Amino acid sequence: MSPRPAGAPTADIANISADSWTEHFWRAARDHILVCALCGDCGTYRMPPTPFCPSCNSQNTEWPELSGRATVYSFTVVRHPVTPELNDSVPYVVAVIELDDAPGARLFTNIVECDPDTVVIGQAVQAVWDDVADGVTIPRFAPVSDPPR
Amino acid sequence: MNLKDQAAVVGVGSTDYYRRGQSLPQTSYELAGKAILAALEDAGLSIKDVDGFAYYSGGLNSGLLAQMLGIPEIKFSASLTAGGSGSAGSVGLAAAAVVSGQAECVVSVMALQQVPTGRFGAAFAAKSGPYAQAASPESSFVTPYGAFAPGHFFSLLAQRHMHLYGTQREHFAEVAISQRINALTRPKALRKTPLSLDDYFSARMISDPLCLFDYTMESDGAVAVVTTSAERARDLRHPPAYVMAAAQGGDGRWGGGITWMGMPDDLFATAGEGAVANSLYERAGVGAADVDVALFYDHFTPMVLMQLEDFGFCKPGESGPFVAEGNIRFDGGSIPVNTHGGNLSEAYIIGMTHVKEAVEQLRGTAINQVAGAEIALVTGGPSSIPVSAVLLRR
Repeated sequence: MSPRPAGAPTADIANISADSWTEHFWRAARDHILVCALCGDCGTYRMPPTPFCPSCNSQNTEWPELSGRATVYSFTVVRHPVTPELNDSVPYVVAVIELDDAPGARLFTNIVECDPDTVVIGQAVQAVWDDVADGVTIPRFAPVSDPPR
Repeated sequence: MNLKDQAAVVGVGSTDYYRRGQSLPQTSYELAGKAILAALEDAGLSIKDVDGFAYYSGGLNSGLLAQMLGIPEIKFSASLTAGGSGSAGSVGLAAAAVVSGQAECVVSVMALQQVPTGRFGAAFAAKSGPYAQAASPESSFVTPYGAFAPGHFFSLLAQRHMHLYGTQREHFAEVAISQRINALTRPKALRKTPLSLDDYFSARMISDPLCLFDYTMESDGAVAVVTTSAERARDLRHPPAYVMAAAQGGDGRWGGGITWMGMPDDLFATAGEGAVANSLYERAGVGAADVDVALFYDHFTPMVLMQLEDFGFCKPGESGPFVAEGNIRFDGGSIPVNTHGGNLSEAYIIGMTHVKEAVEQLRGTAINQVAGAEIALVTGGPSSIPVSAVLLRR
């Protein structure tokens, strides 16, 4: 396992439970690959994965591999730990991001490897992989050097 | 069929309000019972008249209440789904039960006791104890990122609103300060120290851009309201507060809302209540300009701003300048908001204090009385579908 990204909150909270629809995402994450649910019929992206396409109700689902490029849609800098487990994690950045090659799909994540006070909406970020435990890998996102869009 | 003016809120009652945990050794059902009996006394009714319960946020155990208080028969017991978003809607549910003939005297009640194991902010993150929640396939996309507490989620909406419209922290502060002023005159209010802009900006930041005073408080207490038919209401102790209209639900594209964050761009930086607002006004046959006092569910200051927009008191994106001009002040505002101090400064009983205040405003007996108030708007908390709202009139 590689070192954890700087600014990622404690691994204590990284419990993952999957069902038959979300397991594709978490299995790919173990291999450091970001996938997204894509309707095989109408081409609508959806995240997190659910059993039906909300546009056409098809269950025919594909799992394309994404580039990991994304854009910050909104964020908060958490400065107060709501539980003692987070005492050593604050400040950390919780963000909602849009996946650049899966239009319409968003994810919760953390923006890591940067000063929290430099994060802005519209910032370009790239997936980095956090191997938090044996068999559990979580995608977080770090700024790339491009100017904000 | 339309509910309009066929049912009325006739009684309101509450316990004292307490800081978190200070209501002990009373039990939560004891608090509920005290509020119910107070509301019935206010109405001029007896516990023997009660035949229904209309709840939200899961509700209470009607059988236990019947056993504890000696209610002869329960004919209706139901709850809105989701959480505090249903507070106003529970009155609509009560009115629906009455108007459809399923029950005649329906109580809506919330009892809150935030004992150490039941603190909301920490509850979602607890790894052990009674409030610990196992990871679910849905929460696995959220909690590993340290997003647990309601403030984390609402700060994301607030940040986006600031980005899109230039909304400032000063605008959030105006919500906190104006409501604090309203609480200063109220004997039961829990926060009665004047709040200055300096105080606001000196407060600790919790989930940036939200600081301590952008959050509601943790408190204990109970509030109950009694709804009956318009016909019966006319013979009771106080002038009825007629239910003009009620609405609950929300735009399907809001979806999982704040715990999923997939809302489309045109809905994201809103309170998610626009669809309910449209239904409400259409059913009542009135608009924002007809509302004399607005009781907005205020768990977080920015959500008051976004509700001003969703309910048509100003245009989308303009709520910051709107409040900066003094429009939500009790003293001289064009639409006085949360004249009781709200969740932010009076007490956080998950929105039911707002219903009580609306009724008192329409009776003309409110502590901070809006002169000539004839129509009051009450909303449930922006969060997950169903959100809700009710219009009451004198």
